[in-house]
Amino acid sequence: MLVTKPRRSDQFFRVIVTSGGMSSLLILGLILAFLAYRGFEVFRLEGFGLITSSDWSVVEDDNGSVVSQSYGLAAMLVGTVLSATIGVFIGIPIAVLSALFLEFYAGRKIRNFLIALIDLMAAFPSLLFGLWGFLVLMPSAEYWAKLLHKYLGWIPIFDVPAPVFTRSPFIAGVVLAIMIIPICTSISREVFSQTPLDRIQAAYALGATRLAMIRAVVIPFGRGGVIGGAMLGLGRAMGETVAVYSVLNIVYQVNWQVLFGAGGNIASMILLKIGEADRDETNALMAAGLVLFLLTLIINFIANFLVSRLGKTGR
Amino acid sequence: MSNLDQVKPGMPWLPTRKERSQKALSFLLSVLASVVLLFTTGLNGKLGWVIAFFISYVSISFITEYRRAGIPAAQDSLLTSISRFAIFLAIIPIVSILATVISKGWRGLHWGLFTQDMSQATVNDSIETGGMLAAILGTFIMVGLALIFTLPISILTALYLTEIKGKFAGLIRFLVQAMSGVPSIVAGLFILSSIVYPITQSFSGLMGALALSILMIPTVARTAEEVLLLIPNDLREAGLALGATQWRTVAMVVVPAVKSGLVTAIILGVARIIGETAPLILVTGGGDATNFNPVSGPMGSIPFYVWKAFLLGGSEESSYRTWAGILVLLVWVLILFMAARLISSRTRKR
Repeated sequence: MLVTKPRRSDQFFRVIVTSGGMSSLLILGLILAFLAYRGFEVFRLEGFGLITSSDWSVVEDDNGSVVSQSYGLAAMLVGTVLSATIGVFIGIPIAVLSALFLEFYAGRKIRNFLIALIDLMAAFPSLLFGLWGFLVLMPSAEYWAKLLHKYLGWIPIFDVPAPVFTRSPFIAGVVLAIMIIPICTSISREVFSQTPLDRIQAAYALGATRLAMIRAVVIPFGRGGVIGGAMLGLGRAMGETVAVYSVLNIVYQVNWQVLFGAGGNIASMILLKIGEADRDETNALMAAGLVLFLLTLIINFIANFLVSRLGKTGR
Repeated sequence: MSNLDQVKPGMPWLPTRKERSQKALSFLLSVLASVVLLFTTGLNGKLGWVIAFFISYVSISFITEYRRAGIPAAQDSLLTSISRFAIFLAIIPIVSILATVISKGWRGLHWGLFTQDMSQATVNDSIETGGMLAAILGTFIMVGLALIFTLPISILTALYLTEIKGKFAGLIRFLVQAMSGVPSIVAGLFILSSIVYPITQSFSGLMGALALSILMIPTVARTAEEVLLLIPNDLREAGLALGATQWRTVAMVVVPAVKSGLVTAIILGVARIIGETAPLILVTGGGDATNFNPVSGPMGSIPFYVWKAFLLGGSEESSYRTWAGILVLLVWVLILFMAARLISSRTRKR
């Protein structure tokens, strides 16, 4: 057997490209390692209290030395999951239906225009959503929150202990929903567009209406991809910082009542605390960052698994 | 023969005049019904009207379709109207955002915005004093540096995935996707914990650029991978058949063929990071004075300028400042977006 040995230049090329390709592994590993290293003391101090207690406080005496400290993330964790879930619940139906409209209803010109508009929205910085949410959306979302409370207040999660409707998880959820609609729309659209054309035409040939065709062909084919896209949106929504910071009150208390103005999310709490934190508290914030990182990593893994099972889709 | 001349080609799939008038009628009816709903229930305001209109339009078109062609057609009309409404809801925020930014932002625009920095002014001072010079410069420097760090890494990653297709290609593709989900604040915390606290112990523009490149790498790498996958294998085989080594083939044939695609990847990456706020708040220190040196001293940036004016302000002047800053940022995003579309559409035509 005669195998030509690659030239030295090729071997060199392969080594360089491979080591460059490994950089994402390296970066993710380094993030994990450094945050874990910094947060290690806090993990030892708090144990599982880090995610089960909701008390985050540092008490100092007059000399400025720390008397007692406790770092619990439960409230922020609940707030993160709650606002992101609201965002997904509001955003995904709109995104999936929009994708159906773009793929199966819209004419070519309208379709191209709307796709460009939605892609543009995906490129908007989150700061923009935050300021717009604070100034424009909040007043009208507050009105909707009041309406929800008036008619659905008997359901525990729509109840409020005090009539404070601004800066609530609900409003943060609406902002997050608006932020994830573009990306989820384009993922769903790409998944739908891969539906085999012969099956679509077969359904029409059998006399199906559009609805019947979509129900029988498109939805079974694209379900996994759409769920994956939703999870990707959930991951995005959980890591959002400035947009949530500007529309959500940070309160260290577990709050399940979505219309009440108290909550928070891990990312925005880090932003709030990092400026004034001492050494220990900074380490605790690093631990919080690690928790957030792991959370989004897991969700992204599941999402990518679901999307990629259908072949190459999404971005 | 003359008979055939008189027959006009019909288009039976187009709606007849009767159907069109029915559609118009049901539209008018639902407008009427929505106004009635508005006065009789708790709904009010523009959005309330939209909801009321939606409810009445869906139900009226459902009933007319049911009378015309039975239950399957009625269900079909339900999905049609709901999906139309969904795209409408998805478009409202973008129109509202653009309108808000433009209507509020233009009042804060003045020439000094691009020639002065904020070292002599606070956010609540008159809009005539102070400007965004430091912020714009800082953003340029940091994005440029981030580009320098990102470009080799992401192009090598893309080449690994498409040209070498090594053992770990699946894993790396997975990790790059996971990396695109890293929250921006975590990138900031990482730079803070790995470089700022143990080594430099001061904020600087370089740290901001490093944090931004973590966010930029996945975008550029994945777009580059997509365009590299579009290159037909014939091209590579032709290069190899001419006796070129793999390295020569990639450098002389493959990469030149995707040049415009790589430019698109770079533009998309820049658009991804130009508005990033959280990591810059953590690691750059956000200076007000013009600073050309990325390795020492705090460095401003457009998002930081906006954020500071938003948080510290309270006066009319600071709100002008905030929205003028956002307008400048948005114009940059728009320019990048248009450039990316222009380039990619031109290559698709070729």
